[in-house]
Amino acid sequence: MASSLVSPSPASSFIRNKKYLGFSAFPSTSQISIQKCKKQVSKKIVSLMAPQQSERKPATTGSVKTGMTMTEKIFARASEKPQLSPGDNVWVNVDVLMTHDVCGPGSIGIFKKEFGEIAKVWDREKVVIIPDHYIFTSDERANRNVDILRDFCMEQNIKYFYDIKDLGNFKANPDYKGVCHIALAQEGHCRPGEVLLGTDSHTCTAGAFGQFATGIGNTDAGFVLGTGKLLLKVPPTLRFVMDGEMPPYLLAKDLILQIIGEISVAGATYKSMEFVGTTVESLNMEERMTLCNMVVEAGGKNGVVPADSTTFKYLEDKTSLPYEPVYSDAHASFLSEYRFDISKLEPLVAKPHSPDNRALARECEDVKIDRVYIGSCTGGKTEDFLAAAKVFVASGKKVKVPTFLVPATQKVWLDLYTLPVPGSGGKTCSQIFEEAGCDTPASPSCGACLGGPKDTYARMNEPKVCVSTTNRNFPGRMGHKEGQIYLASPYTSAASALTGYVTDPREFLQ
Amino acid sequence: MMVASLSHASYSATFTSSPSKTIVSRPSRFSPSFKVSTFLPLTVKPLNSTFTPHAQRAITAIAHATSTPSSIPSDTSTKTFHGLCYVVGDNIDTDQIIPAEYLTLVPSNPAEYEKLGSYALIGLPSSYATRFIEPNETKTKYSIVIGGANFGCGSSREHAPVALGAARAKAVVAESYARIFFRNSVATGEVYPLESEVRICEECRTGDVVTIELGESRLINHTTGKEYKLKPIGDAGPVIEAGGIFAYARKTGMIPSQSK
Repeated sequence: MASSLVSPSPASSFIRNKKYLGFSAFPSTSQISIQKCKKQVSKKIVSLMAPQQSERKPATTGSVKTGMTMTEKIFARASEKPQLSPGDNVWVNVDVLMTHDVCGPGSIGIFKKEFGEIAKVWDREKVVIIPDHYIFTSDERANRNVDILRDFCMEQNIKYFYDIKDLGNFKANPDYKGVCHIALAQEGHCRPGEVLLGTDSHTCTAGAFGQFATGIGNTDAGFVLGTGKLLLKVPPTLRFVMDGEMPPYLLAKDLILQIIGEISVAGATYKSMEFVGTTVESLNMEERMTLCNMVVEAGGKNGVVPADSTTFKYLEDKTSLPYEPVYSDAHASFLSEYRFDISKLEPLVAKPHSPDNRALARECEDVKIDRVYIGSCTGGKTEDFLAAAKVFVASGKKVKVPTFLVPATQKVWLDLYTLPVPGSGGKTCSQIFEEAGCDTPASPSCGACLGGPKDTYARMNEPKVCVSTTNRNFPGRMGHKEGQIYLASPYTSAASALTGYVTDPREFLQ
Repeated sequence: MMVASLSHASYSATFTSSPSKTIVSRPSRFSPSFKVSTFLPLTVKPLNSTFTPHAQRAITAIAHATSTPSSIPSDTSTKTFHGLCYVVGDNIDTDQIIPAEYLTLVPSNPAEYEKLGSYALIGLPSSYATRFIEPNETKTKYSIVIGGANFGCGSSREHAPVALGAARAKAVVAESYARIFFRNSVATGEVYPLESEVRICEECRTGDVVTIELGESRLINHTTGKEYKLKPIGDAGPVIEAGGIFAYARKTGMIPSQSK
């Protein structure tokens, strides 16, 4: 399905802010898409340009609404405006603000300085405070930061504070959850149509629930704490249409690595990324979360997946708050559209040192590795561990390198010890991991995904080669500046652990 | 010496849903002594009349105003930055600007703010022979960072622009920015985030003496003699002009002013 090259003028309204064009040398985004289409027909990936709709101006006697994308609609509702276009700067009402132990203290400091020592947060039920980054460490400042969160939560009577006090035994802390983005989902704080902001770049994960979710800094968070609002610019939307049945050796991680490799680490800067198509519809919630999680690695402002029965079912037992999903209008305008035939894709890795340094896993099989890390908001959820277990079951062998397992939350940890793995004869993930010679699943937290204090479990303190289910592989990401990190799906990571080299999971799964 | 004094006054937080309280606002963490002294041109001779003592005081005050995200409006038409530049490449991510192990430092704590500054850009690989901050020092001698595409990509950590600002960098001139870093720079006022029209990271070298004239949207490299056009600040302009997100919100009536 080819589309004609359209004149730049309809697109120009989206190009008002040059910040979201990573390459100002190009005439317009549409031409790039078409060129890609011609070049890559043989690569089985076709990127196409959605027909640009000329915007209909409202009639003078009444309003004729122009179609809006999901993100535009969420902004419109949150800013109480009937109609918005990309580029509009509006004050939005925030439904949930999340912060954690790394950025919370700074945000609290700004809140108090700007609103006063005895100011109260705008809504004690809409602030969710989740210690998760530097928890199981003897670093005094890290421990102190959790104390700062606790003091604030007590003073403000914050309803949702997932506290931890006993660092020696995570299970002794009934409130503690673990990785914030997974905790938000599991505790029912992610709801379709809402605005969720968090002091963490991977807040975009929650877009899997059909809401607007993005990361902000301490100052913005301090502002939201006092007002419940933030000044945000409406982003234009890139649409990613993925159709076809997921092959048994691919996971959502492969899909997002494919996309980031396609558009680069700045390909979605200031833009929204909308994921639709039969493949996306077939994904469960945790897989959709993986997809949206790495939107920020493409520079994206937010990611969205339309809410459907899968979403509603997931939310059934998690929240009783009402929500109203929104969906892109049929005649909404998208900046670009990319189409993928999933059945033609292959397992991928992102080679050091960039998430867009895409390569086929099977073309990296000469890369000897030192360790494998399975964890983080990207790859430490229950589904991720079930996937890794599947590969170990198929192989029946032991890993050849240290294999670190860091469940994202307490719930995930529990699942590893209770859920039966399909096709294993009733074994749990933990049994399978033990038989395969992996490390014992660690205390749930962000762990070594971002290095952390020097005593963090699985931190890379020497230059090593690691295959990881995490989200970034810039120099020094997991600790050592000369460390080499290959980002991969749980399937690929488990396969690599079994051989001691970067390995395509089709070695074990077919 | 002109100083930015915040009003020590009470104001009611009527904006929140809780009963309004009378609050005394505390002095900003950006007490005048922080930035003013280091704005002086470093190892370079003052450039013509811009740096006469009188003008220097005015520039100092304006420069200080930019670093205080408060109620002091900043006048961009006369603002300049001057000093040595430090040149980096593309995709300088937040882990390189401030590695994660230092994130236990809380930026709103003055002592930890300074410490953060001492680690600015310490994550750059060893291929960068010249360090941004010498190993035995805590401040940088480079007022201006010149970068390539997608500067500040990666994490939302506000520690990144804070570290640069605390190290006494004044401005970043990059080909393009990652969204959250740009936003955090504007919100905090720690570094002025400017965009160049061309890849000046390929034409400037670390140690070159540069001047940025905001009103003219121009960067002058005195060492090479070349001039470059900078892009206008765009939508962030009003927020920067006001002095950061809080000042802008007060100016536009979104939150109550801190009354005298």
